[in-house]
Amino acid sequence: MTDSYDGPILEIESLSISFFTRLRDIPAVMDFSVKVMPGEAVGLVGESGCGKSTVALGVMRDLGKNGHIVGGSIKFKGQDLGAMSQDQLRSIRGSEIAMIYQEPMASLNPAMKVGKQLMEVPMIHRGSSEKEAHARALQVVKDVKLPDPKRILDAYPHQLSGGQQQRIVIAMALMAEPSLLILDEPTTALDVTVEASVVDLVKELGKKYGTSMLFISHNLGLVLETCDRICVMYSGEAVERGSITDVFDEMKHPYTQALFRSIPLPGADKNARPLRAIPGNFPLPHERPPGCNFGPRCDYFEAGRCDATEIPMTDVPGQDRHATRCLRFQEIDWHAPLGTDVQTTRSEPGDVVLKMDNLKKYYEVAANALFGKRGDTKVVKANETLSFEARESETLAIVGESGCGKSTFAKVLMGLETATDGQILLDNRNIESTSIQDRATQTIADVQMVFQNPFDTLNPSMGVGRQIIRALEVFGIGNSEGERRQRMLELLDLVKLPREFAERMPRQLSGGQKQRVGIARAFAGNARIVVADEPVSALDVSVQAAVTDLLMEIQREQKTTLLFISHDLSIVRYLSDRVLVMYLGHVVELGTTEQVFAPPYHPYTEALLSAVPIADTRVQKRHIVLEGDIPSAMDPPSGCPFQTRCRWKSRVPGHLCEQEVPPMRQMENGHQIKCHLSDRELAEMEPVIQIAAE
Amino acid sequence: MGLFILRRAGVMLITALCLTFIVFFLANLYPNLEKLAKTQGNFRMSEEEVATWLGNRGYTQPLFVKYGEWLGVVPGAVIEGTDGQIRGRCIRDGMTPQEAPDYCGILQGDWGTSTVFQDNVGGIISTRLGLTGKLMFWVMVLMVPSALLLGVLAGMREGSRTDRTLSTVAITTTATPEYVSGVILIAVFASSAVGLKWFKGTATSAMENATFENFFLPVLTISLYGMGYIARMTRASMAEVMTAQYIRTARLKGVSFPNIVVKHALRNALIAPFTVIMLQFPWLLNGVVIVETLFNYKGFGWTLVAAASNNDIELLLGVSVVSVFVVLVTQLISDIGYVYLNPRISVS
Amino acid sequence: MEPLSWFEIITRVLWQFIPVWIALIAVFVVSIRYKRRLGLYGKLFDSTIGMIGFALVMFWVFTGIFGAMDLIVTHDALSQVSGMKNEPPGTPLMRAEDGQYPYYLFGGDNLARDVFSRMIKGAWVVVQIAPLATIFAFMVGITLGLPAGFYGGRLDTFLSFLANLILAFPVILLFYLLVTPEIVATGIPNYMAVVLFIFPIVFIAVLLNSRYRTQPRIRTPLLIGVLGILGWLYLSLISESGSKVSVIPDFLDLFNVPGGILVVFVSVVFVNSPTVFRIVRGLALDIKTRDYVAAAQTRGEGAWYIMLWEILPNARGPLIVDLCLRIGYTTILLGTLGFFGLGLPPESPDWGTTINDGRRLLQIYLHPALVPALSLLSMVLGLNLLADGLREETLRD
Repeated sequence: MTDSYDGPILEIESLSISFFTRLRDIPAVMDFSVKVMPGEAVGLVGESGCGKSTVALGVMRDLGKNGHIVGGSIKFKGQDLGAMSQDQLRSIRGSEIAMIYQEPMASLNPAMKVGKQLMEVPMIHRGSSEKEAHARALQVVKDVKLPDPKRILDAYPHQLSGGQQQRIVIAMALMAEPSLLILDEPTTALDVTVEASVVDLVKELGKKYGTSMLFISHNLGLVLETCDRICVMYSGEAVERGSITDVFDEMKHPYTQALFRSIPLPGADKNARPLRAIPGNFPLPHERPPGCNFGPRCDYFEAGRCDATEIPMTDVPGQDRHATRCLRFQEIDWHAPLGTDVQTTRSEPGDVVLKMDNLKKYYEVAANALFGKRGDTKVVKANETLSFEARESETLAIVGESGCGKSTFAKVLMGLETATDGQILLDNRNIESTSIQDRATQTIADVQMVFQNPFDTLNPSMGVGRQIIRALEVFGIGNSEGERRQRMLELLDLVKLPREFAERMPRQLSGGQKQRVGIARAFAGNARIVVADEPVSALDVSVQAAVTDLLMEIQREQKTTLLFISHDLSIVRYLSDRVLVMYLGHVVELGTTEQVFAPPYHPYTEALLSAVPIADTRVQKRHIVLEGDIPSAMDPPSGCPFQTRCRWKSRVPGHLCEQEVPPMRQMENGHQIKCHLSDRELAEMEPVIQIAAE
Repeated sequence: MGLFILRRAGVMLITALCLTFIVFFLANLYPNLEKLAKTQGNFRMSEEEVATWLGNRGYTQPLFVKYGEWLGVVPGAVIEGTDGQIRGRCIRDGMTPQEAPDYCGILQGDWGTSTVFQDNVGGIISTRLGLTGKLMFWVMVLMVPSALLLGVLAGMREGSRTDRTLSTVAITTTATPEYVSGVILIAVFASSAVGLKWFKGTATSAMENATFENFFLPVLTISLYGMGYIARMTRASMAEVMTAQYIRTARLKGVSFPNIVVKHALRNALIAPFTVIMLQFPWLLNGVVIVETLFNYKGFGWTLVAAASNNDIELLLGVSVVSVFVVLVTQLISDIGYVYLNPRISVS
Repeated sequence: MEPLSWFEIITRVLWQFIPVWIALIAVFVVSIRYKRRLGLYGKLFDSTIGMIGFALVMFWVFTGIFGAMDLIVTHDALSQVSGMKNEPPGTPLMRAEDGQYPYYLFGGDNLARDVFSRMIKGAWVVVQIAPLATIFAFMVGITLGLPAGFYGGRLDTFLSFLANLILAFPVILLFYLLVTPEIVATGIPNYMAVVLFIFPIVFIAVLLNSRYRTQPRIRTPLLIGVLGILGWLYLSLISESGSKVSVIPDFLDLFNVPGGILVVFVSVVFVNSPTVFRIVRGLALDIKTRDYVAAAQTRGEGAWYIMLWEILPNARGPLIVDLCLRIGYTTILLGTLGFFGLGLPPESPDWGTTINDGRRLLQIYLHPALVPALSLLSMVLGLNLLADGLREETLRD
């Protein structure tokens, strides 16, 4: 490998990859081309199943037994990777091309110390001695900003937190200073604030080492923050590629446009400017339509032309390396306003349905589950003085990262756990200490839940219709099997699923469809309060919009109170009326959506807002990166729960933050903030997100 | 760690007490005692004679008292029989009642006397255990390395031709219990009629002087059955580890295939089989009993059969104590080893 | 007459098995034709290993059934023919009467009985007891393992302790203690049967009750009907006039299980249940964290509904695989019992007992022990291969 090489680092030319299975050959990637120049970061964006990870593995020539490159070439620094022997490949892997994956815990060997895993890289590729390798490992661990590098090198992976593990994975990739770094959804498993700091680190180190990057993600906002160029994939093909600004602001492919219209950007509003979901479903690899893959879902589809032949990638004239796979891109008016969207009127919140008053939930856990002796317990304060009200047909968002106590709260509300202290009033009746077995059928039917993971929410061995009918049976709806069946079909109509789905098994449904069944089941007993626990976070972007809108629509019709649990502030801003921010069991801020998204902020809300990537080039964010990880709920810090990571802590005199939990401060119009900062300092806060004037 | 072992030891003790009590209870059921009386006394005893015979020897005491005596926490009974003779649990032949100790149970190291062999149970068990130990040692030497090798080779490239062949071998050996493989092996290698006559079909002479010729078949017979099982476990575990993401990380780091297998996969892949090997002991005990019977090797398993079929209560109890103890200790070792091999479980 | 050559023996044996071949071919043709509609069973026919295993198992099942109908056997399994003692395979009978098969295809054993016919009859013993005993063990293991895994806590600690207690017992010692005429005389096996056989009834009652809890109009008659029939079967099974447990009068007693068989059956169930318990408990621990279990809880379902209708059906893959393996293991256990001459009557044609009979003269006469040994091997091998094929297919999707 000569260092004087100055052509593209990676050059993929009409690559095609297929998987051979027992039944058929499945083409996973078709006619894919991309170029990565030295020092450049290219983002690869698409929904799950579009083939973006397959491209990465193709570059690494690690497609497994069934995967084969069936066409095209992959050149790394001018050398054809496809023609290399296993030995040559091995000398490139890890030293010239390195890869970082989604699950940090799974990518580290659990039975090997971190240091040893790091040291392996220089020892293999540079023949370094153990001592040199150790010195290098120490250096890189310092570079990825891990505290106490010596201790970390001597630790096993499970002794580190998720954020630390991902930093180690990054360190391992950088050990041999590779020319190309492939990142496959590197932050998906991490919390938002941790994600922000990891992304920051990757950007910084990429610059420092001059590494080129191929950044694979489903998150457009993240790609905007990290990359110079972008390539959008759909169903195995690249549909558009170009520089970030070209693609984000002057997209030339209908899919890219549809994708941007389906994500909640600032300015979207559930009533005035609702999201537009992409109609139809992602085609299965063996059921792709002729011609344009996006054709059947495209607004600009022209029969006889778009479905006639394979569509080639065409350069957009006048722009730098901007190309699109659309025949009609020069005919389409890309700036036409969104057409006949139904605008709905904002529904007014009604009476208070649910009231939480100083709700507390403590758990006693054995200090050491496996080896501790009895009586040696620790109290985990999962929820600490939770108070709020929720009104009829109101959407209250509960925002927080892992360990903030939002799931515990949901369990207490549902009656799966009973509260330690405080009250929950449902229509002025206390239900905080009534467990679900003792609740009246009507109470149970009134409070229902939509779960996070669509692949887990339905019983895989029971038919879809049967599961909804069971809910009806339990809630005592309908007098006969026939009536319940009729009601079940109506519920399927309600969630916009074809009635034939009643006979299907859950595995025959896509993620979004399963989530719809989950919603139908929750509304089976005409629920008045629905707790939606991250209902769309596991779904693809284009499906998210559809499911969110469905929830909103049912809510409007049935005047449901929706408690929307989420960590995604974009979607929260889009659909909620009021927002409650939680951190380590405490409510740190509560107010209307406008109040929470504008200063004064709680310092945690401020950081959270800054951390959430927004896929809009007009948005300017203040850059706030939180140090360290979220403390464990088992061992919370003294005083204010946020004090270990707070950047405002120094403004509060006399170590007050470390000693006392701040009081809930009443700001104007019912806005509440739990902070020691003085009124003046809160008033001085600047907005985090600003939209540049056009 | 100490606390953990202490707790496990406590559970182990309770388990051992429960198990020995069950054995004690079953062995002391009246029909069993009746059979004992008739074999020891004479076969034409009447109902009453049996009752007196048992009464004179303390067999009719309440069960818990007898169990306590056997354990050595209740003083051994001294009974003046209806025939005027004074018999006591602790009074041995040629001993006067005054000389005899008060307690004579397991805790005092007195395991009682075998009615079949007319000898001290402790002595019998230690000799027999020694013989079985020799057998087990060679079984382990043969079985564990070959099983692990088989499993690792099959599992490191799942679905390959090597894997298919080795897996079929492993499945076949697990489907062959010792009494089947023993019969087949004897037929092929030892039968005087048509066999190859390479080895001997009995291992009686191996008790004194074990040679390859007289000892290989019993060792192989026990090993085969366990080997397939451990090999399949190792294969499954290895195959799973080889698809783990950290193996992909290692591969994409440029580690060569042999190094991936040895440095990255092996330790993780051996966690599951290790516990399996340890938990195999109760199984191996089965194999030992069958093989010792089949090859007429008078070790521990053979003694178990002799004791059980003759209702030799004291010997049977002794055998149970030892086997239960062996099983429980291996379980403990398996737990400790699991913790040691798997760094994810921390011990504070 | 001349003794048969090996070729003739094989041809004649294959001919004797004609009904089995027909049945096997019929099953395979139908199954392969409709395999896409037969769920997991159909998928088995995509895997070579699974098909081989299935064929071996079904071969012995059909052999057992047709053998019991006296179709394949050439001689009575118990009658002795003079002059045939330890004769090699293919020996003609000295004085063949009319209608009597003129050869001992696999030779004679040390009591001059036909080895071939004993092998066929022995298959019937295994095919009857092994699957049934395993299914009973599963019922016990499931009924106890589900709540142990689902509730956890003290119940789990207690049940797990019991399971470990039984598992720590060397199986042979247990058999020697349980399966003796003396123990049968005390009635202990009958009492154990009373306890163990109640589990299937509890299982089915809870299953139906939790499902139809919300519709009392269907539930009550259904439960009364099903429990009535099961209860009667149960009482017939455990009750035996003359034994310690004789609870219903003879005219109501549907069938009697001989004491020897019952004790074997009970011991095998007893030995197998703890392992099943541990597997089910582990699966329940895993599956209870799924969202659909939480969803069932949030709509107020009872614990047993969740265990039996939400958790159990989703644990079926591993359980079916284990069922196959365990039937094989039970077959081995039955053979072990026979090998030590425990439980089954000494003239019983089951494979374990026959191996035990044959092994005494193994150095000189191979065939009496080798034939049942290979039969047992092929049957267990078939079950293991079947389990392997099923495992592969369940993991595939």
